[in-house]
Amino acid sequence: MLIIQAAIRDEIVAHARRDHPDEACGVVAGAAGSDRPTRFVPMRNAAQSPTFYEFDSVDLLRLYQEMDERDEEPVVIYHSHTATGAYPSRTDIGLAQEPGAHYVLVSTADGAHESGPVEFRSYRIVDGEVTEEDVTVVSSYSEVDDVASPKR
Amino acid sequence: MAIEVRVPTILRTYTGGEKAVTAQGGTLAQLIDDVDASNPGVKERLVDESGIRRFINVYVNDEDVRFTGGLDTAVADGDTVVILPAVAGG
Repeated sequence: MLIIQAAIRDEIVAHARRDHPDEACGVVAGAAGSDRPTRFVPMRNAAQSPTFYEFDSVDLLRLYQEMDERDEEPVVIYHSHTATGAYPSRTDIGLAQEPGAHYVLVSTADGAHESGPVEFRSYRIVDGEVTEEDVTVVSSYSEVDDVASPKR
Repeated sequence: MAIEVRVPTILRTYTGGEKAVTAQGGTLAQLIDDVDASNPGVKERLVDESGIRRFINVYVNDEDVRFTGGLDTAVADGDTVVILPAVAGG
């Protein structure tokens, strides 16, 4: 299951709409081991393509160095599909290299880039296997993280 | 001689879970061979017939080796090499 703050979900959707018709991409970093996406980091799609995305290699290094310094990991890796549904493509599956991440897909197809709901779905991709997971949207993580219960 | 090689999560199965290994060599090619000698299987994940695999990024002291000669990039004692799989898809 992906638990994500509404504000961050909205930022992902806004990014996808802004970059349409190119695919938008980015991560939401969070404290290592917390499984809580807290820091929204939109990335430049170096491919600038409606059907492909790739983080620029220098941006990628800077991102990972930053996360390392902050003891974070990429909790969510997101990108948009601009003409197809919010489901991982064969390419997405083949190139997924972060087994711990929640792979979020949004779709700006069929006019969604302008108005109406944007499909927002999340998946685990491990060893070439895709498993869709539920997305729980909260206004704040304190809704689900109780002081009395141990942190995962 | 000691060159630190930082390994991404996906390759730590080859390094016994270690995030970084130490190796030696005068070029990136030699360095990768050395890493592979102690951590068999790593080279296969990094290199194919044409050089470093397309969706693997390698940096020597923060420079992407695509711009410094790929596998021929010189490395020296004290250098830091970082390996990061591309974040990409379609």
